[in-house]
Amino acid sequence: MEHVIRTQGLVKAFGRTQALNGLDLEVGRGEVHGFLGPNGAGKSTTIRVLLGLLRKDGGHATLLGGDPWRDAVSLHRRLAYVPGDVQLWPNLSGGEAIDLLGALRGPVDVGRRDELVERFQLDPTKRCSTYSKGNRQKVAIVAGLASDVELYLLDEPTSGLDPLMETVFQEVVHEITARGGTVLLSSHILTEAEALCDRVSIIRDGRIVEQGTLASLRHLTRTTLHVTTRHPLDGLDGLPGVHDVVTTHDRRAAGFEVEADHLDGVVQHLGGIGVLTLTSAPPTLEELFLRHYGSEPARPDGTDVPATPRPRRARTSR
Amino acid sequence: MTTTRPLAGSWRLVRLAVRRDRTVLPVWIASITVLTWAVVASYAATVPTEADRIATATLSASNPMTRIFDGPASGASLGAMSLVEGYKVFAILTALMSAQAIVRHTRADEETGRAELLGSAPVGRHARLCAALVLVLGANLVLGVTTATAVAANGLAWSGAWAAGLAVAGTGWVFAGVAAVGAQVLSTARGANAVAGGALGVAFVLRAIGDLRGEITDGGLALVSAWPSWLSPLGWGQQIRPFYQDRWWIAGLFVALTAALVAVAAMLTDRRDLGSGMVPARRGPARASRWLISPLGLAWRIQRGVLLAWLVSVAVFGAVLGSMGDTLEDYLAENATVRQMLLSLSPDADLMDLFFALIMALVGLACAGYTVQALLRMRSEEVSGRLEPLLATAVGRRRWLIGHLLIAGAGTVLLLTVSGLASGLTYGAITGHWTEGVGGFLAAALVQAPAALALGGLVLTVFGLLPRLAAPITWSALAAALVMGQLGALLDLPQWLLDVSPFTHVPLVPAEAFTPGPVAALCAAAILLGALGVATFRRRDLVIGA
Ligand SMILES: Nc1ncnc2c1ncn2[C@@H]1O[C@H](COP(=O)(O)OP(=O)(O)OP(=O)(O)O)[C@@H](O)[C@H]1O
Ligand SMILES: [Mg+2]
Repeated sequence: MEHVIRTQGLVKAFGRTQALNGLDLEVGRGEVHGFLGPNGAGKSTTIRVLLGLLRKDGGHATLLGGDPWRDAVSLHRRLAYVPGDVQLWPNLSGGEAIDLLGALRGPVDVGRRDELVERFQLDPTKRCSTYSKGNRQKVAIVAGLASDVELYLLDEPTSGLDPLMETVFQEVVHEITARGGTVLLSSHILTEAEALCDRVSIIRDGRIVEQGTLASLRHLTRTTLHVTTRHPLDGLDGLPGVHDVVTTHDRRAAGFEVEADHLDGVVQHLGGIGVLTLTSAPPTLEELFLRHYGSEPARPDGTDVPATPRPRRARTSR
Repeated sequence: MTTTRPLAGSWRLVRLAVRRDRTVLPVWIASITVLTWAVVASYAATVPTEADRIATATLSASNPMTRIFDGPASGASLGAMSLVEGYKVFAILTALMSAQAIVRHTRADEETGRAELLGSAPVGRHARLCAALVLVLGANLVLGVTTATAVAANGLAWSGAWAAGLAVAGTGWVFAGVAAVGAQVLSTARGANAVAGGALGVAFVLRAIGDLRGEITDGGLALVSAWPSWLSPLGWGQQIRPFYQDRWWIAGLFVALTAALVAVAAMLTDRRDLGSGMVPARRGPARASRWLISPLGLAWRIQRGVLLAWLVSVAVFGAVLGSMGDTLEDYLAENATVRQMLLSLSPDADLMDLFFALIMALVGLACAGYTVQALLRMRSEEVSGRLEPLLATAVGRRRWLIGHLLIAGAGTVLLLTVSGLASGLTYGAITGHWTEGVGGFLAAALVQAPAALALGGLVLTVFGLLPRLAAPITWSALAAALVMGQLGALLDLPQWLLDVSPFTHVPLVPAEAFTPGPVAALCAAAILLGALGVATFRRRDLVIGA
């Protein structure tokens, strides 16, 4: 796989705050790469280092085959950036800001720009000072996504967008990947990540703690099962990979979580008891993220902190 | 509830404001106090005997330049004389301290969105303005007390010392009120500060006219100012006449004007929405014009408003100063003592040339204020986060910087040219001496440019090396240059210290010959400091957020 972004052992400190702590990130050409992690994990810092806005303290970083700091200007012609909380010049109109940011990067496809202004329902004649948060964000999105470049660095691009605009955004990202563009998408919106990303990296305390395709990450998560049975449920607690068992008084109904690797053993065990109903909530990334977003620090050996029980939306099994 | 209790929550906001300003205001107050103490202390050394004092007081009552710059002579006592000389600088610094603090806690908070956060808490509609005023008016009371103490500490009578404290604190009150109104009318902190700065200029000019046209009394030792001085809060501060008349009733003028300004500000607060000014935003074009799309084009768009405001101000200010020329000529023709005194500054000089040079030295310092403001704009672009998406395009850091440098540099030269022309043309129109007027003022103005640009170089260096401290360091440097230029000789500051100020090295053109050496050195300093700033900025992290 050709890497569009590759960092090895990236380190960045602000005074005593260690923002990046040996970050290894790899983004292949043509993929939409989710970049997820709790507040303050170092996502924006990583992106700013990749943009040459911050200088790394250690490690290696290559971007589109170049050095993000030294080759900043020439690399920027080949990428577009959408910040999460964009600040614009109060006395410029939205249209002027879009044209400015677009044209300073390189040639602008006016048709595409107008199309996106239309699709995002943006009024380009308003002064930037009078835009709402979401509309200001749209200005940055249109300026960034209207350009035809190789790489798009999107740092929480949809913060403040309404659900309708969120959908438009996802469509546009699909169009970009259809053209062969690569996207690094930092986000807190898990449904967005699930809908768009081929692969995700989860960052915590300045290092990557989990990396892989969505399918492989789902594998790490637990499935929630709710069963009612003909005979009393016994021995569930003792089964490997089973957690957080809650049973009714008569022990004929239970809810619990099963690690993906042990699902088979649990189903065999249940088979002997006589299953009346069985519902399972499919594994979602949410659980995995919540585990990594939790307040306890990640363990130094890289193993996951155990999940705490929490209410879950139950869905019927397929 | 916010409409029924408009001041709810004020007290908590006052405590927050005090906490936020716990370094800035004490530093201002301490600096002004120490300066006051030093001015009074040094003055005794320059006029040791009674005879010296009488000679100096007589001269300063009749000398038109002293009248323009220092104000009305008020007798031959040490206290009165030192305060006449020092008040202008104390007053300018106090006005700046007060206006900036008010804007910091009102309009600047609205710009950053902090106010919105507070506005959602149980905080009344007027609470923020009220808290800012309590903080700043209170700080001025403290300053009044410390100033009085500094004066009295030199062994002078407490009554005069209190009068001096009142003059300083009262000035601070009025400019706090001016800034409070400015912060309601204009939608940016920059604009609100500019209103206060403009008011300060107008106040200075009004009292300069009034004092120039005043009448000598008291056996030649004092001046009765003409009515324009009474239109100016800076004039009021001087008319208190500490150690001469101690006119306490002027406190009533300060309080009344401050109260009126506060009432206007409060009324405006009721009539507008949070975040907006009184002037509604218009719509703009849907597309950017070709001129906008370059780092220079954008820098021009960002900077042009400030430059335009400065151009208008210096044109008016210059014209007023130029129009004082004929009165001056008459005085100089009549008064041999004054001629002697002025010639001691520069023996071979033509007196009018000396006038051109001294006036433009002050204007040069004011224009350096523009240079600093325009260059610090780069820092506010960076802090606010607006620079980040720009540098993520194919614009390099140097190209971005150069756009702003060109405008700040060319703007400084343009301002000096316009003020020289405005002074020269009005002077020419009034006296008929066109060539001397225009040539003299223009030369005197333009020779200030290298010094202003050298200060600009310092701004760049600090911007590159210590971005978080860029604004406080460079504004303090400008204030220090003002103190050294106006009070340096009196304070008997060591030459090496005076030499730190670029304005010390500006030749008194056209009274003195143009000396290329110092001017070239200033240009070199500007270029070297500027280059250092560019180089360090290109190597550092972007520092977003204060
Ligand atoms: N300029 C700075 N000075 C000091 N500390 C900083 C600076 N920028 C970031 N940090 C710190 O570095 C860490 C990483 O911040 P970063 O903005 O990269 O987080 P993030 O993952 O983008 O978080 P969020 O999801 O909230 O946007 C945080 O602890 C933050 O406080
Ligand atoms: Mg972030």
